[in-house]
Amino acid sequence: MLFKKMLLSAALLGLFAVFGTALVAFTYEGTRERIAQNERDSLLHSLHALILPERYDNDPVADKLEVHDPVLLGNPLPQQVYRARKEGKPVALALTAVAPDGYSGDINLLIAINHDGSLAGVRITAHRETPGLGDKVDVTRSDWVQGFAGRSLINPVPEKWKVKKDGGVFDQFTGATVTPRAVVKAVHNALSYYQQHRDTLFDGGGTTAPQQEAPHGG
Amino acid sequence: MVDKTLRQIAGDGLWHNNVAFVQILGLCPLLAVTSSVVNGLGLGLATLLTLVLSNVTVSAIRNLIRPDIRIPVFVLLIASIVTAIELAMNAWFHELHGILGIFIPLIVTNCSILGRAEAFASKNSIGRSFIDGLTMGLGFTVALVLLGAMRELLGAGTLFDQAHLMFGEAARTFRLTVFEDYKGFLLAILPPGAFIGLGLLIALKNVIDQRRATAPQPAATMEPATGMTGGAN
Repeated sequence: MLFKKMLLSAALLGLFAVFGTALVAFTYEGTRERIAQNERDSLLHSLHALILPERYDNDPVADKLEVHDPVLLGNPLPQQVYRARKEGKPVALALTAVAPDGYSGDINLLIAINHDGSLAGVRITAHRETPGLGDKVDVTRSDWVQGFAGRSLINPVPEKWKVKKDGGVFDQFTGATVTPRAVVKAVHNALSYYQQHRDTLFDGGGTTAPQQEAPHGG
Repeated sequence: MVDKTLRQIAGDGLWHNNVAFVQILGLCPLLAVTSSVVNGLGLGLATLLTLVLSNVTVSAIRNLIRPDIRIPVFVLLIASIVTAIELAMNAWFHELHGILGIFIPLIVTNCSILGRAEAFASKNSIGRSFIDGLTMGLGFTVALVLLGAMRELLGAGTLFDQAHLMFGEAARTFRLTVFEDYKGFLLAILPPGAFIGLGLLIALKNVIDQRRATAPQPAATMEPATGMTGGAN
């Protein structure tokens, strides 16, 4: 009797597990394509703000590369590189990087670098900085981050790649120096990374065979 | 259990037994996301939908379920429903989903949902459970929106900022700048502002209840719906 009761309970529980799983699986199937499309659109939207769509003719979302550099890119996880080309020639790339020393932890960045090594622009994609203080790095709060466009490793000179308080050229915010300092450092690191790996970052994945700087020592 | 009228169920959900103001349940999302009206409304509606669906489902299977396995079954159902809602939000309200982030899956842990399943839906008909879920969810949503409005107004001087995340591009114009050139009041946006704001709202509700208790009552039954809007002002 008791055994029968237990069996019935187990069967019921199993039945509901199947029902719940079916519900989730069904919803997942129904929404999967739309979610993938949304993620693609929102990435493309961020890319377009940095690299104008007229400048390239390939699909940078598909033409991507995973790179790994815990020191210069600020995170032990692989980071993404999206490459923009026109007629097969490299135009610019956008890479994700992390500023690990924000006021409240990681600040995620999308950094677009032109092929010549100058910055096309920088955007903050995720952060937990203090609202009203550190969150001014976010482009929706202030245009501070626009100040990176056109900068490069030699503009300003390396010792000036700092916030003004540390003797550099970049503004800090009233009451918040840690956040801009972290972002400036992360952007500079990403530029250094680009300089070191420029020759290989555009390799492969192009629509036409990439000719640029491929014959290269390593 | 004494059978309550539908009106009493609704009155309980919206006012007398309000999830946020009286039961003080679901505080984690309540305090965390209410930095603006739109965030509050988004989470409120997701919670409302979860409550209605879980109440109706639990009520539909209440005679099938044996008491010894009812809690795991409820948890299983609620978790499945919330996961489905989360996927749907990611598909149709992608940006809002990004902002509310972890708090959508965390609806599972909102005690009020399991609480209503156990205390009400497992003992009542589908229709009554639907009304209970709807009004409990509405009461919670109103609390989230009120707290969100209070904090957004004090913290940023605006109302309905970023409404386009929920209502599409046309809703960009919903934004009300209440105070021009407002410098912002950081405390209201930060977590302490949420605690202080919730405390003030609970106090306000208690004051209204006391006034009503001392005032001579014209009719035995009061209007819960108008009572709620009275509280909202």
